[in-house]
Amino acid sequence: MVLAEHTGRQVSEETHKLICKARELALALGGLTEVALLGRTDLAGQLDGADIVVTVDHPALSEYLPEAYERTLLDLLAERSPRLLLMSNGTIGLDLAAALSVRWDAALVTAVSALEIEADAVTATAQILGGKVLVRVELPGERGIATLLGGVFEAGTRWSSRDAEVIHVAPPTGLDALRMSLRRVVEADPGDVDISLADMLVSVGRGIESQDNMEIVAELAAALGVPLSASRPVVDAGWLPKTRQVGQSGLKVKPRVYLALGISGAPEHLEGMRNAELILACNTDPGAPIFGVAHYGTTVDLFDLVPELVGKVRG
Amino acid sequence: MRIVVPLKPVPDLVEEIDLNADRTGIDREYLTFVLGEWDAQALEEALLIKDAGGAEVVTVGLAHDLEIDQILYTALAKGADVAVKLTDAAGAVPPGPAGIRIADRAALLAGYLAAQPADLVISGVQAADDLDGQLPPTLAALLDLPHVSVAVSVEVDGSSVIVRQEFAAGRLHELQVQMPAVIGVQSARQAPRYAPITRIRQAMQAGGLITCAVSPLPTRAGAVVRGMHRPEANHQAEMLTGSAGDVADQIVGLLRARGLVQR
Repeated sequence: MVLAEHTGRQVSEETHKLICKARELALALGGLTEVALLGRTDLAGQLDGADIVVTVDHPALSEYLPEAYERTLLDLLAERSPRLLLMSNGTIGLDLAAALSVRWDAALVTAVSALEIEADAVTATAQILGGKVLVRVELPGERGIATLLGGVFEAGTRWSSRDAEVIHVAPPTGLDALRMSLRRVVEADPGDVDISLADMLVSVGRGIESQDNMEIVAELAAALGVPLSASRPVVDAGWLPKTRQVGQSGLKVKPRVYLALGISGAPEHLEGMRNAELILACNTDPGAPIFGVAHYGTTVDLFDLVPELVGKVRG
Repeated sequence: MRIVVPLKPVPDLVEEIDLNADRTGIDREYLTFVLGEWDAQALEEALLIKDAGGAEVVTVGLAHDLEIDQILYTALAKGADVAVKLTDAAGAVPPGPAGIRIADRAALLAGYLAAQPADLVISGVQAADDLDGQLPPTLAALLDLPHVSVAVSVEVDGSSVIVRQEFAAGRLHELQVQMPAVIGVQSARQAPRYAPITRIRQAMQAGGLITCAVSPLPTRAGAVVRGMHRPEANHQAEMLTGSAGDVADQIVGLLRARGLVQR
């Protein structure tokens, strides 16, 4: 079973990738691919590749609400008894997977970058410690949950838009008496610059060490005439606004050139930039995961490299 | 109001990380452990709530965790009111096969919270070494409490909290959540405060870490670790070498070839 994610009008791209993976696993296990679609029955037609779409409608499910989703999914899991529940490793996966794992009594593996069937057992490779260590795990028993990293799996060839069987399930009792409610949805501030439209980005990570040092990378970005962007720790520290964040909780970018300075390459960051045409990475740690996706890399210290670059760009 | 903030040390990701001999866990012997970055954000958010309207902030670690004393004293120096180290009834906590099972950690913390309930539990949304899930939803499920993760602000409003939950590209859901509740913090409303070394030393001299033996709550089945490896095989970058000037020349050449540098 795949949990479909949607923003109201559209099923997310990651959901298509999850369905594609689920289909591959279902074929190996001789089963079917089911998709749980909560709150928006009308989007069922977008779920190409599903054999069965299970929908539940209720006002509390119109937007993602943790408690409403959790109760509904627990009901569906009990009723449908899937071998495996696949979720994205984004906000909803981080919010729900572990709670479902406890309540459904299923083994869970998070931040999965590979998932396969070996002799009827579900095995996964998960990334931990910022992608510096890969862990091979087995999900024992008859039920399991995996949250899949974004940007790693392919949507592949979309299956033809054959009609899946759509099963409408009544919402669980209790959705009218939840311990939380959605007050409002706040759309993102568009910010001063849309980094997703830039031809090139100078992007800075934890390796910049302090706010004072931001000046030298800002100087390089200015010399090149391109925007400055950042990985999450720099934004969390308040050194750049949220609108400049690249990654899972920021923006996904695909510039012609992405210059990563002092970015180690945590999976959440790679999700946002791995499709850039040319990735240049500077990190003093030769084992940094960023070198796994970069086309060119260097372990020269950014504090030595950046002033040289500024000088040469300015001629 | 009582806010419990679980704190967990994680390996400092700046350092190289080695695996143990049988490749089922990381080699902890020479690693530096630091407070997880999301836990630091969670502590800051709890302290902001205390600053705004008063609350008792209780930081809780597991006694066997490396560097936990230093982390708890630093939390006290920042403004936490109480620091607790948990052990099991035998006075020790086995670290588990790879030292990374959230299920075992959550079971112990849930045992503590069942005995000494909190109005709010505020934890980092995740830890760098999470493998079998994240702490906040695991704890919430064990305690049957409402929970919200990936929070970027938590503010008290009577008997509930207003939580902003972040989605991709900065979209936010503003939720009203009845207390008691468990919140997983992605980032605090401001950068974590700094604790001067003199104040940390004062906290250490004053002592005051409380050791508490608890009975873990029963928890769920877990994934079985078959092995670990480092991702060298994925290394694909062509490495540019030489002095900083040499590397800069090569990078400028690549940019010039794409018309991004004119001169």
